[in-house]
Amino acid sequence: MIITRQKKIDCILDLVSEGPVFIVGCSECATLCKTGGEEEVIKMKNALEDKNIKVTGWIILDPACHFLNDKRLLKDCQEKINNANKVLVLACGNGVQTVAEIIDNVEVIPGTDTLFLGEIKRISNFEKRCEMCGECIQELFSGICPIARCPKAMLNGPCGGTIKGKCEVNKDLDCVWIIIYNRLKEKNQLDRLKIIQKPKDWSKSGEMKQEI
Amino acid sequence: MGIEPILQICCRDRNRIALQSDVLGASSLGVNNILFITGDHQSFGNHPSARGVYDVDSIQLIKIVKDMRDEGIFESGDEIKSGKPNVFIGGAANPFADPLDYRVDRFEKKIIAGVDFIQTQSVYNLERFNQWMDEVRTRGLDKKVYIIAGVTPLKSLKMTKRMKFYVPGVDIPDDIYNKMKNTNNPKAEGYRIALNLINEIKKIPGVHGIHMTALFWEDIIPSLVREAGFIPRP
Ligand code: SF4
Ligand code: SF4
Repeated sequence: MIITRQKKIDCILDLVSEGPVFIVGCSECATLCKTGGEEEVIKMKNALEDKNIKVTGWIILDPACHFLNDKRLLKDCQEKINNANKVLVLACGNGVQTVAEIIDNVEVIPGTDTLFLGEIKRISNFEKRCEMCGECIQELFSGICPIARCPKAMLNGPCGGTIKGKCEVNKDLDCVWIIIYNRLKEKNQLDRLKIIQKPKDWSKSGEMKQEI
Repeated sequence: MGIEPILQICCRDRNRIALQSDVLGASSLGVNNILFITGDHQSFGNHPSARGVYDVDSIQLIKIVKDMRDEGIFESGDEIKSGKPNVFIGGAANPFADPLDYRVDRFEKKIIAGVDFIQTQSVYNLERFNQWMDEVRTRGLDKKVYIIAGVTPLKSLKMTKRMKFYVPGVDIPDDIYNKMKNTNNPKAEGYRIALNLINEIKKIPGVHGIHMTALFWEDIIPSLVREAGFIPRP
């Protein structure tokens, strides 16, 4: 899932300036992240109105990254959008762009920061899982990705900074290489770590388009 | 002067193109000893907003340089037309980081990748260093490459605290920490601890040299070298 965090209200107030505002949410990731579901969109509406900023309307797209769906759903709100000065999108960075592609007469602004592709550990608790490198190599490390989960993307074992199982960069983060090590040890597959992993072909991560 | 400098190159700031270019540049200027490391994360430095590169890791870089030197090829497989760079390849090893039983494996991996020498993380915990060296000797790794042990003299309690609690991968045991805490002459105590560490490390079979890092305290190096018995050079 795409993990987002709502921008601080002060920052959003700066971006919307005096309004009026039309708010867009998303039924998928932003709903699960509690950054742009119906509940959060209504909360945002109230917060803006508290600051005397007019809200002309709102909608939850299904999902915001779906161009044709968005086109259809936004058509029904055309008037409310036309009455606004800003369209505030509470969806991921993709959702913002899809909406901006469709609405060309009103300025579209992001209300969230898109963080990573990750897992929901439990409610409101997310962890990064994938860097979208274009060539998945998880079979090497027992289904654990060091490219996404090690801040140095080490492919040949842990750096010298790991202490007591924690990452040198963030003491709240388990060093992913300790997780990999323990998992392979359990499975009697530690020999795998002796293989020198070649430099990654990052050209695979440069894909910009995909047609199936 | 008869002193050989060791250049350090790290993966944090450069991609494989720039790294190979640096190696060619250094070797063409006669700088042949190079230590290749992944590097501390940028969040620890004075540009924490920088984007880290990490295109390759230290082991991959060591193998790239070995192929440049021995096969005369770049990472892409292209031939190096100007000739093979002459590099004495170094790597780092941290006997104190987790998981302990993997640390010798990782050192061995660096040997297979192509290091000629390794520099260790600063040694303070002799017990753990000896444990690591035992395994190194059991596998005969000390016969394959040169092992240079790191010694970083502690200049003050503040530095000791920083090294003990904040610098990634450094292991300062409590007895050394307490000595620094209880002394009223931290410089003299730190010097004594360093000298003692050097003398103890010298006794460990398989260690080929000492790498002194007197951070912001370079002027003690001559006397430390003399008192440790390195003049004349053994
Ligand atoms: S290997 Fe690549 S595609 Fe697979 S999880 Fe890691 S970053 Fe994502
Ligand atoms: S401590 Fe572990 S996760 Fe953190 S940078 Fe080092 S190897 Fe990567």
